[in-house]
Amino acid sequence: MKITSLADLRKIKAEVQEKIKLREYGENAENIVQIKVAMATCGIAAGAKEIMGYLIEELDFQGIDAVVTQTGCMGYCYAEPTIEVILPGKAPVVYGFVSREKAKEIIDEYIVKGEMVDGVIPVNYKTIDE
Amino acid sequence: MADYKMHILVCGGTGCRASQSEQIADNFKKELELQGLQNEIKVVTTGCFGFCEKGPVVKIVPDNTFYTEVSPTDVKDIVSEHLIKGRPLKRLLYYNPKNFYHVASTSNIDFYKKQVRVALRNCGFINPEVIDEYIARDGYSALGTVLSEMTPEEAIQIVKDSGLRGRGGGGFPTGLKWEITRASQNDQKYVVCNADEGDPGAFMDRSILEGDPHSVIEAMAICGYCIGANKGLVYIRAEYPLAISRLKVAIAQAQEYGLLGDDIMGTGFNFDIELRYGAGAFVCGEETALIHSMEGCRGEPTFKPPFPSVSGYLGKPTNVNNVETFANIPVIFNKGAAWFSSIGSEKSKGTKVFALAGKVNNVGLVEVPMGTTLREVIFDIGGGIRNGKRFKAVQTGGPSGGCLTEKHLDTPIDYDNLIAAGSMMGSGGMIVLDEDDCMVSIAKFYLEFTLDESCGKCTPCRIGNKRLYEILDKITRGEGTPDDLTRLRQLANVIKDTSLCGLGQTSPNPVLSTLDNFWNEYEAHVVDQRCPAGQCKSLLHYEIDPLKCTGCTVCFRNCPVGAISGEKKLPHSINQSLCIKCGVCHDKCKFKAISIV
Repeated sequence: MKITSLADLRKIKAEVQEKIKLREYGENAENIVQIKVAMATCGIAAGAKEIMGYLIEELDFQGIDAVVTQTGCMGYCYAEPTIEVILPGKAPVVYGFVSREKAKEIIDEYIVKGEMVDGVIPVNYKTIDE
Repeated sequence: MADYKMHILVCGGTGCRASQSEQIADNFKKELELQGLQNEIKVVTTGCFGFCEKGPVVKIVPDNTFYTEVSPTDVKDIVSEHLIKGRPLKRLLYYNPKNFYHVASTSNIDFYKKQVRVALRNCGFINPEVIDEYIARDGYSALGTVLSEMTPEEAIQIVKDSGLRGRGGGGFPTGLKWEITRASQNDQKYVVCNADEGDPGAFMDRSILEGDPHSVIEAMAICGYCIGANKGLVYIRAEYPLAISRLKVAIAQAQEYGLLGDDIMGTGFNFDIELRYGAGAFVCGEETALIHSMEGCRGEPTFKPPFPSVSGYLGKPTNVNNVETFANIPVIFNKGAAWFSSIGSEKSKGTKVFALAGKVNNVGLVEVPMGTTLREVIFDIGGGIRNGKRFKAVQTGGPSGGCLTEKHLDTPIDYDNLIAAGSMMGSGGMIVLDEDDCMVSIAKFYLEFTLDESCGKCTPCRIGNKRLYEILDKITRGEGTPDDLTRLRQLANVIKDTSLCGLGQTSPNPVLSTLDNFWNEYEAHVVDQRCPAGQCKSLLHYEIDPLKCTGCTVCFRNCPVGAISGEKKLPHSINQSLCIKCGVCHDKCKFKAISIV
């Protein structure tokens, strides 16, 4: 394959950028949407893996720059799958009982429009950082 | 194409490879396959992350989790804990010795906090053997823009405006060099990349070539267009097999994409690159010697002028730039000259990569803006001196440079400040010395190196350095006299003034700078017959303090020459005529009863 013009190069760049998108997101995670999916045994059993896959797909489909990562057990084993959503500059919000439909709602309402969605698990503990 | 949700970046630099990083990458691939995750998680071998002290390093994105000192057997745990269950594996995270916390993300590690990565922008980020990843990071777009939208004069003006100066040591303005070579009229011109990195302990250029070879190729092509050359040569030392192989892969990929060769990107510009191997002679980093070596002649320097920009390789105008200089070029075009010149100090723009080595906690490759102080580099990024010892000096500029002391710690690092402080930027080696290092021995070490590397063409360098070395050797043996110190300085100045090339002209620098900054230490050697750092064996002896000695017999049993005698539970003593001063007894004594006098 030969690159025969600058336009050609730019086209290839757009195509291959996908390949390293994850790494660029990782470098500036604070400035984009971050979602952490609780992926302990309880989460996996409740279908967290499928939800994670769906989140990645849907965010990609809608063209939203977001980092979706796994995390350990958040302690809300009764409410799995749980996900934590961090919008840039905002406090983290944890959602419980996230099904595919709920995940779609979170993306459409909270992430896109910034409107709160039912199902938030309030923070009721302290960490050593506080 | 598989839809990956995670990338595992495994460092494939020489340092990490030496501690089995290839095996780590292989194990990851096998383990992922075993867990059925090979289509979700991708393993990428990258260039150097710079944190060689803690290698092999593995970074997981997009979580940005940074694992240090990973061994091939740790892979299973990382996969089962982190990749499957989302729990970072605490025992492999970077441990911050200052606050006793484990740190997961690179952005929270002190080593990376103050760094600005321009020349190293892709090292540890892309797979250097995949051209697509370089293109995805704006690769070759600078070349494309220059070729299709700029005249050579306009492009040279951008390089001049950026204020970029040669990173090989001299600090000559790069844009000006290009302009001079462009002005030389000839039917054939050459672009040469100087990858003959020879300073002891320096590995900046190697890491750039290993981690981001395309940036150098792209820059050489831009340079070729600017000066009117269609041929590029990389002079690289044969001791860098990994850099050579990555460079070869990169050149082949660029040729396949038509980014090297004839009619690049349809603009009618032709450019190709060949490699020339050096046999590892230090003097061949000097551009005239380098050119002779490439021509197949002896690697000896010749008098300048004529400068290579007028008459260089095969007598044709030749533009020689260093690897790191080239690595900065594509960014300057992509982000603009104003962006580049906004980084750095007044007369030194941009960043500089340093190979931090010696008695510092975080050995590795660091890139900081010009004007950063030595203190920030050594104490904030480098994490301070090993084992809580005291900082004594830092040697910059390799065998041509000098030693800087505590009083220079707050000097902003740039070309002019370092020269004013009696050292030089050099190619970027930075060797940290602590209270246990003897400065006379350090000067002797560097002189031994230049002595070995002197080509022997001119008398001051060949014979003068030998005599200089002999005087230093005499001092470290305890036979020096105060007259020797005067002679040392005189001879050093003569060598400096009369040598033919840069190697000879700068070879006495370590001697002169240690004389200036550590006169007391020299004096202690010749007047008191004492080595304050306890390094010069002829000047010291070991003694057992009878009050502290418990007669445990450990020293007696460990002494390799049987110089220690004494009854059990009674103080021991050392027979000085048998002692070879190996220091084993001193290290083994649990009661600190043995002292160096």
